[in-house]
Amino acid sequence: MSAELDFGLSEEQRLLRDEIRRFAEERIRPGVAERDRERRFPSRIVVEMGEMGLLGMLVADQYGGAGFDPLSYVIAVEELARVCPSTAVTMSVSNSVCCWPIAHFGSEDLKQRVLPELASGRMIGGFGLTESGSGSDAGSLTTRAELDGDNWVLNGEKAWITNAGEAGVYVVMAKTDPEAGKRGITALVVPADAPGLSVGTPEAKMGLKASRTAPLLFENCRVRADNVLGEVGAGFKIALRTLDHSRLGIAAQAVGIHQRALELAVEYARARVQFGVPIASHQAIQFKIATMATELEAARALTRVAAAGEHRSRGALLASEAKLFASESANRACYESLQIHGGNGFSDEYEISRLYRDVRVTTIYEGTSEMQRWVIARHLTRA
Amino acid sequence: MRVELSEEQRLLRDTVRQFANDVAAPRAREIDESGEFPRDFFDQAGELGLAGVTVPEEYGGAGMDSVSYCLVIEELSRVCATSGVILSVNNSLVCDPIKDFGSEEQKHDFLTPLAAGEKLGCFALTEPGAGSDAAALRSTARRDGDDYVLNGNKVFITNGTDADVAIVFASVDLEKKHKAITAFIVPCDTPGFSHGTHQYKLGVNASGTTELAFEDMRIPVRLRLGEEGEGFKIAMATLDGGRIGIAAQAVGIAQGAFQEALAYSRSREQFGRPIGDFQAIQHYLADMATELDAGRLLTWKAAWAKDNRKRYTLEAAQAKLFTSEMAQRVTDKALQIHGGYGYTREYNVERYFRDARITEIYEGTSEIQKMVIAAQVLGN
Repeated sequence: MSAELDFGLSEEQRLLRDEIRRFAEERIRPGVAERDRERRFPSRIVVEMGEMGLLGMLVADQYGGAGFDPLSYVIAVEELARVCPSTAVTMSVSNSVCCWPIAHFGSEDLKQRVLPELASGRMIGGFGLTESGSGSDAGSLTTRAELDGDNWVLNGEKAWITNAGEAGVYVVMAKTDPEAGKRGITALVVPADAPGLSVGTPEAKMGLKASRTAPLLFENCRVRADNVLGEVGAGFKIALRTLDHSRLGIAAQAVGIHQRALELAVEYARARVQFGVPIASHQAIQFKIATMATELEAARALTRVAAAGEHRSRGALLASEAKLFASESANRACYESLQIHGGNGFSDEYEISRLYRDVRVTTIYEGTSEMQRWVIARHLTRA
Repeated sequence: MRVELSEEQRLLRDTVRQFANDVAAPRAREIDESGEFPRDFFDQAGELGLAGVTVPEEYGGAGMDSVSYCLVIEELSRVCATSGVILSVNNSLVCDPIKDFGSEEQKHDFLTPLAAGEKLGCFALTEPGAGSDAAALRSTARRDGDDYVLNGNKVFITNGTDADVAIVFASVDLEKKHKAITAFIVPCDTPGFSHGTHQYKLGVNASGTTELAFEDMRIPVRLRLGEEGEGFKIAMATLDGGRIGIAAQAVGIAQGAFQEALAYSRSREQFGRPIGDFQAIQHYLADMATELDAGRLLTWKAAWAKDNRKRYTLEAAQAKLFTSEMAQRVTDKALQIHGGYGYTREYNVERYFRDARITEIYEGTSEIQKMVIAAQVLGN
């Protein structure tokens, strides 16, 4: 027997999974199609997630968080995404790209001011890195922050900001020294009510319609000088570290979608009769299901192992591998599950059509597949 | 969840890596070309305890867990896939069924020398008309007093040219199909037993693949493995474990090809810089590394399930399906990165590319794995 190697979940982790699965089925599933159709943000669910401790999962209890381990966190995201990927990304953004960098790089004062609000769900968080001209090339951002007495003054525009308009606070990357390139970028904590900050028109997206995505507009927006994360000029490094971590959340989101796509395919294939037999008795359908199930286990293993060993030397590499593989295999799974559904899968009546739209973004946001491959290749050639 | 090797496992891996580099690697190309069965390699592996990795020490084995076994097969296959499969068959398909289904006497007489590497085993299930449909086998075993009399033919038997002991499956009543299949432990010097010559193959060319023939071969009842009619169950249970060995072999082949491709991409210059500087090559390598890690985790997970759970059929089939197809893709890309040189015998990648092909076929084709997985997932 191997004492050290263990692929199983702890009793606590299993209980958490069961609890969140029940919560997702009972509280999130009802109305999920309507919220998608009406592009309605799940405000009530966010409040309930806050009460359950799901919005500060990785925050230490001294700051009001639930103090979970990263593996528990990815299990939670997976279970939420299995029912509603929009809800999952709303939750994972607040946890991974707002709470996490503040907890890791914030001053004691900042942590005490902001984290309890986020962890309790009294407010949620957002992350402002991307701009219209700065996507994968994050270092080329142009939003400017200048020190003016006790304040930073921000000018510029951020694009594709998840939770924009719903969040109470944002972690924003801005150029504080335009001459210094990537070393001139600083991470600032910006309250949503900071004067000069406004939210643009929400994007009309193909999927994740019940999550909010909008531009942030900074017009002489004033923020306390001590709202800096880490050092002035350390923002780019903080952004990359944050993304290394947050990829786990997106990988878990993809695994949850993949899981549901498989469940729907199995259910449909058993019930749907053609040529006098359930289509599940046809080998062509069986083999699609076998491939979906196999890739699901591979994606889940990568994601969970990456989360369980996040702090280790290969942690960031595994997180990128998990994000790359899980997002691409989830896309394949949704494609095949819709194919098994035939014409019905193309109808809004069937859940798979929503998942098919939702899953598409997983190979794009928080680092495209192409950026993941770049990150992985860099790890390989440095090794 | 804790997916890290123990100190003991790391030590084992390093030891086997050294052994693979020193003993298996230098001859890998030569035996691939000649097809000569590397019996002395097997003997040395036996001395290291690699012939019966999971067999308890009281029966001559190393008494280690199934993840350790995967490490052994991966490390050997990384340099020589032929060496990997020779050991995988002896461990998974010969030692395991005797360990799990054999009598105390059978374990003493056969498991102990097999696990110690003093004897080499082979597994005789497949026949000309019974491949994926193993239950269609036509070899017969007729009871005659205290003996069974076996007649029939087997094909594609790995280690067959050199084996000392064979696990043979034959029917005691052809009418009853799989319900009559019975397993026997057959010493290869039994009168009536014969084997063919080495069969030249696309890959894993020196693994002693050949045909076996049984002609009025008398096997005493005490060498029957399990009960009459239990053979099919024994074969299927054995193949569940065997698939983990083949998955580890596929991971090893892919790892070997990947390492060569990574090294080549750094040294080969075109357009004035190493080809590894080009995005196309970097992305190939990133995909290869990702799929390799995924495949290795599935393999370890199946091995862990084998040691910790009652059933692991699904995990083993998924590991085998994913890793064998992954090895195909990884060795193909490794060859592509090598360009024209990869197509020559000066480089190892063409051998890896050929060797990987069989992992999708033996011990259950990819199609059989998919049938197994679909049955589990669909609850058929």
